Amino acid sequence: MNVALIFIAAAVVAAVCLGVLARRGKEMSLEQWTVGGRGFGAVFVFLLLAGEIYTTFTFLGGSGFAYGKGGPAYYILAYGTLAYVIAYFMLPPIWRFAKENRLYSQPDFFVRKYDSPALGVIVALVGIVALIPYLVLQFKGLGIIVEIAGYGEISPAVAIWIGAAAVTVYVMLSGVHGSAWTSVAKDTMILVVVVFLGIYLPVHYYGGIGSMFEAVEQAKPGFSALPNHGESVWWFSSTVLLTALGFYMWPHSFGSIYTAKDANAIRKNSIVLPLYQLILLFVFFVGFAAILQVPGLTGSDIDLALFKLSVKTFDPWFVGIIGATGVLTALVPGSMILMTAATLLANNLYRAAHKSADDERVSKLAKLLVPVVALVAVYFTLRGGETIVALLLMGYSFVTQLFPALILSLTRQSFVSREGAIAGIVVGVATVAIISLTHATIGTLLPWLPEAAREINVGIIALVLNVVVMVMVSLAMRFAISHASGASRASAG
Amino acid sequence: MRGPYWLGVLPFIGLVIGPFFVNRVTPTILGMPFLLAWIVAWILLTALIMAVIYGLDPANRRSDL
Repeated sequence: MNVALIFIAAAVVAAVCLGVLARRGKEMSLEQWTVGGRGFGAVFVFLLLAGEIYTTFTFLGGSGFAYGKGGPAYYILAYGTLAYVIAYFMLPPIWRFAKENRLYSQPDFFVRKYDSPALGVIVALVGIVALIPYLVLQFKGLGIIVEIAGYGEISPAVAIWIGAAAVTVYVMLSGVHGSAWTSVAKDTMILVVVVFLGIYLPVHYYGGIGSMFEAVEQAKPGFSALPNHGESVWWFSSTVLLTALGFYMWPHSFGSIYTAKDANAIRKNSIVLPLYQLILLFVFFVGFAAILQVPGLTGSDIDLALFKLSVKTFDPWFVGIIGATGVLTALVPGSMILMTAATLLANNLYRAAHKSADDERVSKLAKLLVPVVALVAVYFTLRGGETIVALLLMGYSFVTQLFPALILSLTRQSFVSREGAIAGIVVGVATVAIISLTHATIGTLLPWLPEAAREINVGIIALVLNVVVMVMVSLAMRFAISHASGASRASAG
Repeated sequence: MRGPYWLGVLPFIGLVIGPFFVNRVTPTILGMPFLLAWIVAWILLTALIMAVIYGLDPANRRSDL
């Protein structure tokens, strides 16, 4: 066992210990397990929200995106910031409603607001279909990190099994408390490691951040801004807007709002989280530094840029620390996703079919489903395949379809009926699936649009159809009802 | 609308509309390409804006909300 692997193994052991200890002094009822007894202050809410954002996708994908595509990567910085602005206004009413009605999950919210168990089942299904590929992505990233940072001594498959087992143990025992506590370790390490890498690597190889961007500009003119075609400024702006709306529609992000003990804990985070986003800036610096130092990575290999450059630059013990950080970025979000998926299955699918089930039974079932969900994710991770990649790309667009029905349900006199909400979400999700599977773009769907506008993110189409159907069905229902009551009045008179 | 909630619109103007006008590499600011520096500046501004909104928000004076 080499020195890098010792650090990585230590991180896994530390995560499990922290995760298990997090349950101390708490009776693990469903309310404690899944929403932390609704007692988290601003710091814990921050840890959860930050814990979910800085995933292997940010670590590997963020640097890889900057390495492979340059300027378009900046969208990740921009959309998160806007999501926090929306959050300031949108999350407190959601939190209040959830507390008053003792909700456990995102589908619960839709069930209560629209008084429709069917809508709850649909929302739960959308959530599960989006979450499983997200979990697979974390496991995949974990396998890659351990393989490279461990100098090939442990195969990805072994690493994935160990990681999945570790996260399963502490999620079953501690639920959301485990995620919050392991987040402490993860976010401390990521802050230190990423800021160090983002400054050290440009200085080491280029003499500074400015000279690094100059060297990149010389080698690839315009690479650090947006291209005129493809991922153009039209693509950028539409993607930023679309993903900002979808941000809190992920079931695990939505659920973590419920843990807050008051609305101020949520509002304060809208000030801090934009600043915390700036960690991504340093992730990008690493990606840009890698362009001229480890050239030639293409396709999905661009995600290896950070680790290839680290292995080239540092001694094994430090590669081990970077690897340990990377492993934590897989485990912590993985734990949130795992817990949320199990809660959706037990609380929103099982309970919908078995109305008599009490909280205790649902709680027991949710914990038992944790290893089942983990196994399913490991299976997909090891089998790989195109399907899962396609699902993952769809995941974000899927959950974004929940936004219109959600935001309108917060208005005082919403005109949206339950039929309208269901129809809108179903049409939106179906549109996303069709668009993704046929690889359609705005250009192929609306060829008469001017050149530039064809690069608008195609997800906008699904969202527009969603809203149109939702409004039309809601108005049609209202008309039908007033017509029917008018007719009955007439016949009674 | 209570409080200066309208300030919340500014980050959207900066980050969704802004890029159409600042999509360029030069001039660099603190070594960063102009577009990146613009986005970073707006992140800092957004934190400031949210702090102002938070400070003036009447909702925060009642602890139960």
